[in-house]
Amino acid sequence: MLAATTRRSVLLGSAAAALAGPRAFAAALNPALPAGLREEAVIESPAGKRDLLKLTWRPPNYETPLDGFTTPITANDRFFVRYHLANIPTKAELANWSLSIGGDAAEQEVKLSLADLKALPATEITAICQCAGNRRGLFTPHVPGVEWGIGAMGNAVWRGVRLKDVLAKAGVKPGAVEVTVRGADSAVVEATPIFKKSIPLDRAMDDTVLLAYAMNGEDLPLLNGYPVRLIVPGWTGTYWMKHVTRIEVVSKPFDGFWMAKGYRVPKGVFGTDRPFTSQDNEKTSPVTELVVNSLITAPLDGAKVGGAGFAVQGLAWDGGHGIARVEVSLDAGATWQAATLGEDLGRFAFRPWSFAVPAGSGSITVLARATATNGATQPAKLVANPAGYHHNVISTVTVAAG
Amino acid sequence: MKYLLATTLLAFAAPAFADEQPVDLKPAPGLEAVNANCGGCHSLDYVRMNAPFLSADGWKAEVGKMRNAFGAPIADADAAVIQKYLTENYGAN
Repeated sequence: MLAATTRRSVLLGSAAAALAGPRAFAAALNPALPAGLREEAVIESPAGKRDLLKLTWRPPNYETPLDGFTTPITANDRFFVRYHLANIPTKAELANWSLSIGGDAAEQEVKLSLADLKALPATEITAICQCAGNRRGLFTPHVPGVEWGIGAMGNAVWRGVRLKDVLAKAGVKPGAVEVTVRGADSAVVEATPIFKKSIPLDRAMDDTVLLAYAMNGEDLPLLNGYPVRLIVPGWTGTYWMKHVTRIEVVSKPFDGFWMAKGYRVPKGVFGTDRPFTSQDNEKTSPVTELVVNSLITAPLDGAKVGGAGFAVQGLAWDGGHGIARVEVSLDAGATWQAATLGEDLGRFAFRPWSFAVPAGSGSITVLARATATNGATQPAKLVANPAGYHHNVISTVTVAAG
Repeated sequence: MKYLLATTLLAFAAPAFADEQPVDLKPAPGLEAVNANCGGCHSLDYVRMNAPFLSADGWKAEVGKMRNAFGAPIADADAAVIQKYLTENYGAN
């Protein structure tokens, strides 16, 4: 706490913008975050990671500071870390890792080693893993949970095998409805529900869903699911199971805690092309598809910029439709101008964008709004929901020009 | 003695995280119960992170969630002490 306070007091103010790097970005934590979180957050480098913003030590929850998003691919050592349960396997414990596939709607039990998995046809996809609760800390009023700022997300090139190819080894019986997945991480207390999730069978059979063993050309970092994690492009990170050890094809909806009670949103509030109807109840649905969103990565909020104009840069993304446009407003949303879209890394990836603000002086507030190809656009007002998911309000930065 | 025993057991059960640093919550009546009952499953920065915006009912709901949803073995008497501590020291003000 002392360290964070010191860093803030040193770096806040005019120096913050000049000093690039994680400490400056951490120092510029959004004042809308809970006061306790702003005191608690500190830049740390857990094993295999570099300069992440520590929210909690155990289970480890670390977010990527803004400077990790200056490129559309997020580096492995800057990629955020999110665990629900504190017993995380070590690399040594995972040395003899294997994956078993079965379930009441599978034809047979199958066991695969890492070598077996890597012998199957490989494929790659660039996709964003974003926690459903990213930006929860910016909810007004605050809701309890991990009080994420902007950085519980990352975009990587994932390499692995299609889940459907692995399921084919076991054989899918008629009547299968969902595929359940669990990993090697576990709780301290036996009574805590195991972390296990399910996805609909049609999503499991989708070409985009992978069991990935490589991330940006390297083994997965331990804290991102080594040796194998599930990749569900377009869906929130809760389905991207880490350290996957067991997959089951099941004939009934999985009713475990993390499906039936956790990760739920009010029914019908957030649109999706592919509702997860086997998990719907009268009032709520599972949180699934990412909502359209954008982030301003430069300049920093509160920065001083020259009077001759300055460049605004950022990222935009959605749940897999692709980004149609990003617009910027310099008059509090009265009028909007098109930003220039950068390289297209695929419909599940971050799309960089930029906008040139003309010469001016005084306080300038920049608003950015992304629109996906399905017409969905970022709202001006927060869509409230009890667990604090899907925060995608138009973001702003205010700078002093001149 | 009761707290000492619980702490000892949890110290064996809790995974060791090399980079974990101690989180010292405010010294006040009830802190012993918080340390003994909460710190085994998660670091106590979870408390500070969620402050100061929860009402007494909000903290009661969090303690209830830990007991009922996550199976934390917290006795009724301890739960009451913990809720009071959290509300008074980390509650909405």
